[in-house]
Amino acid sequence: MTRHHGVRTSIRGTLIGQQSLAPDFSLPDLTGRKLDLSSYRGKVVLLDFWATWCDPCREEIPHFVELQRKYGDQGLQIIGVSMDDGPEPVRNFYQHFKMNYPVVMGDAKTGELYGGVLGLPIAFLIGRDGRISAKHIGATDISVFEKEIVNLLRSKAGSG
Amino acid sequence: MSLPIKFRQMLLVFIFGTVAFALASLAFSYQASLIPASRLVNPDELVKILQSARSEKPLMIQVGSHVLYTQAHIPGSEYIGPASSDSGLQALRKRVEVLPRKKFIILYCGCCPWSHCPNLKPADDALHAMGFTNVKVLYMADNFGADWVEKGYPVAKGD
Repeated sequence: MTRHHGVRTSIRGTLIGQQSLAPDFSLPDLTGRKLDLSSYRGKVVLLDFWATWCDPCREEIPHFVELQRKYGDQGLQIIGVSMDDGPEPVRNFYQHFKMNYPVVMGDAKTGELYGGVLGLPIAFLIGRDGRISAKHIGATDISVFEKEIVNLLRSKAGSG
Repeated sequence: MSLPIKFRQMLLVFIFGTVAFALASLAFSYQASLIPASRLVNPDELVKILQSARSEKPLMIQVGSHVLYTQAHIPGSEYIGPASSDSGLQALRKRVEVLPRKKFIILYCGCCPWSHCPNLKPADDALHAMGFTNVKVLYMADNFGADWVEKGYPVAKGD
């Protein structure tokens, strides 16, 4: 078990511990426009570090599309952070899988901000107050995400 | 009676398609698992090799993502690119083409859990097809972070 930014984590599982603010970043999306994480304060954010060539990452994407469709109007915002070496395969993937949430191109600096993204997928759940509530390493059952998202959506901003 | 025949034909097509898809998915998903155990090296074994004054030092090649390599990699290892892509495989072949076929080479990735890594098997296959006889693949069950960095093994950052 390890600690990154005060959030307890374990491989292939989730433990929720001391909450810390999600590090802000400004990264280009697939059209080149900058996306600032801080602009989503007030929403529940699922931050998914992934890559097109990562098999377990790909398996999660259709489920994330469904979660965004199901809970988007309640305040969920999924943001994909691609760790691919370039945007071209990501653009193709985005269209093919009809992704309905923004994807930005990640970099090493952003990975380090989040404690090192040294394996994929890694997903962070961030509450309406901008605090990280969970970190999932490796493929995670979508029901786990959904349960946590529903709990976070019920929380008011500021109450975590 | 044409309906049952059509139904049987459709059923056969469905079964065949399902089996073909499952086999294709299996082959793609478990590529690294197909590498023979005799060609694997564990992290602690590699560390001993690197620390030993007597051991032949291998050429270590990372065949995963550059973003992951930049964050952390084995000191002295080289980034080549994802060997699941044509460009990555070409870069790998180009890097080693002039080397003696007995050269000790270590391939590693750590992008994903072992059974899901798409990069190592193509890289290993490519080197063996070129005639390299002393290639080992670094076995990491979960990923480079969990199986190397968090174990306290040597790490370098940057390009």
